[in-house]
Amino acid sequence: MNQPRTLYEKIWDAHVVDRREDGTCLIFIDRHLVHEVTSPQAFEGLRAAGRTVRRPDLTLAVPDHNLPTTARKDAAGKRIPIADIESAQQLAALEANAPAFGIKYIGATDREQGIVHVVGPEQGFSLPGTTIVCGDSHTACHGGIGALAFGIGTSEVEHVLATQTLLLSQSKTMEVRVEGDVGPGVTAKDIVLHICGVLGAAGGTGYVIEYTGSAIRALSVEGRLTVSNMAIEHGARAGLIAADDVTFDWIKGRQMAPKGADWDAAVAWWRSLATDPGAAYDKAVVIDAADIAPSVTWGTSPEDVVPITGVVPDPMSFADPAKQVAAQKSLDYMGLTPGMAMTDIPVENIFIGSCTNSRIEDLRAAAAVLKGRKKAANVKWAIIVPGSGLVKEQAEAEGLDRIFIEAGLEWREPGCSACLAMNPDKVPAGERCASTSNRNFVGRQGPGSRTHLVSPAMAAAAAVAGRLCDVRELAE
Amino acid sequence: MTPVSTIEGKAYPFGLKNIDTDVIIPAHWLKTITRAGLGRGAFESIRKEPGNLFDNADYAGSPILIAGDNFGCGSSREHAAWALLDMGITAVIAPSYSDIFSGNAFKNGILTVVLPQEAIDRLMEVAQTDPIHIDLENQSVTTPFQDRFSFEIDPFRKQCLLGGLDEVGLTMAQGDVISAYEAKVGAERPWLVPTTT
Repeated sequence: MNQPRTLYEKIWDAHVVDRREDGTCLIFIDRHLVHEVTSPQAFEGLRAAGRTVRRPDLTLAVPDHNLPTTARKDAAGKRIPIADIESAQQLAALEANAPAFGIKYIGATDREQGIVHVVGPEQGFSLPGTTIVCGDSHTACHGGIGALAFGIGTSEVEHVLATQTLLLSQSKTMEVRVEGDVGPGVTAKDIVLHICGVLGAAGGTGYVIEYTGSAIRALSVEGRLTVSNMAIEHGARAGLIAADDVTFDWIKGRQMAPKGADWDAAVAWWRSLATDPGAAYDKAVVIDAADIAPSVTWGTSPEDVVPITGVVPDPMSFADPAKQVAAQKSLDYMGLTPGMAMTDIPVENIFIGSCTNSRIEDLRAAAAVLKGRKKAANVKWAIIVPGSGLVKEQAEAEGLDRIFIEAGLEWREPGCSACLAMNPDKVPAGERCASTSNRNFVGRQGPGSRTHLVSPAMAAAAAVAGRLCDVRELAE
Repeated sequence: MTPVSTIEGKAYPFGLKNIDTDVIIPAHWLKTITRAGLGRGAFESIRKEPGNLFDNADYAGSPILIAGDNFGCGSSREHAAWALLDMGITAVIAPSYSDIFSGNAFKNGILTVVLPQEAIDRLMEVAQTDPIHIDLENQSVTTPFQDRFSFEIDPFRKQCLLGGLDEVGLTMAQGDVISAYEAKVGAERPWLVPTTT
């Protein structure tokens, strides 16, 4: 009888092209997503060496990082050029490289354009059981549909373009099991922020994490993508959530997904990938869903998480001396003092978007809180950025855009936006932002910006309250 | 790629843990379409502080950086490795690295040495005044004070670094093996090729 295997091990084994004596494997890559920031030097490398793209049919390019989220076409339908010269150059490079190397390209003004990690699953390009890479660490996102997906650097982008493979060492496996029912106001984002707090920013280093348990199974595909998206924020190489009927129903019929008899064959194969009973993980962590509150970060690492009902911690309360120093630096940067109630922290900026939280369910959650309410007077800037053109269309069909605009928020064009300071959407120095993105690093949303990571519902609640706010306070 | 065998010189006694790639090179430096020149943006937020380590003339041009746990966490940007190279750093010594960063560093000929925290503490002390010597062939870090720390490294990476080998070229030489895999999987799971219109 075969040794029981985990989901990760099954996907790995199915993609081994060549196994070397030292245990490293040449792994076949089924899907390669390309965006404008980490690809120019890879294409430059191919050109310099006279190389071509081995499998353009398995490659999809879409710009997202540095596109402005303001209107892309003028009233006459003419394209509005990007003012920032460097951003315009990067976009132009991708626009030239994709056709030159025969790669399918979704352009800045195309209806399907969006954040690469929203577009991949939405188009049915990302599939369960596939290996997916992209020059972006949040590629872990696609693990939410049961794909082995991870971020790579530009040299690896070049390697995949040229060979459709990567030379990799197998990771260790970790199971993070979240059991039980979550309480009111607790979303997928709160679950993953809580996991970041439990594991720490490096707790998953060297591992691929499979998220299991009834609280994970109960999530929609959008929620699962949110959880897996932040696997990298606890250091994991990738996150995985086994595909099930929820996943299959969500993918079926999507444009690039298998059809007809191919679909049935694909589903049968995907089902066979679930972790076998008795398969062993190298490490296991169990979390009680009842322990998870609506969560928020106080510091400059995603591990700096507290329940919204909590207070800013005292740096000296950490056992690790290095963490004490780091926490003090974080508090200095964030302008916070120990003991302050999280709900007393005022916020001037609200960002709802990013590859973590810009799908239709996220927008619905924000709209449910904002409906019939107005943003607080002290909130200067509040934007909602849909993850793709298709998400935008769907939200508008449901009337969500009206709710946002009536509440005083700005409804934008799809892109990475204020998640990272590469486009005009930035948080001013010294100001706070309740943000649904994934990183609260120093300067991440702009030099001197202060980020508090939250769920879309919590960001909406903060917009209404003008301070960090327990979304449960606003529940009827 | 430039072969790496021994690296000797002053080392930046940096030591902080969880240094993310946004700190190594902030996002606004990512708007480049070539690899060169990123050293000017390296550690930009730290360099804004007066008297910071990276603008201290005593360490100018040091080829080694000593860092804390989880160095290079966060974004996958290879620009972090290019920025370090551009400022002249060809080796980092730390207790641990993010997986993506260590891969990127390796592919650009930067040696990432893993040593326990006690060794890091000692090297931080030495680096205040004296040079550090890294010998990749013998997998050791030594100081003028008879300190000697051995480190482990993946044999394939070691061979590539010592020989300055181009990984893309090495893999392309296995084109037949990749073709055989494609043929086999194409027959078993033909639905893997995306439906395009």
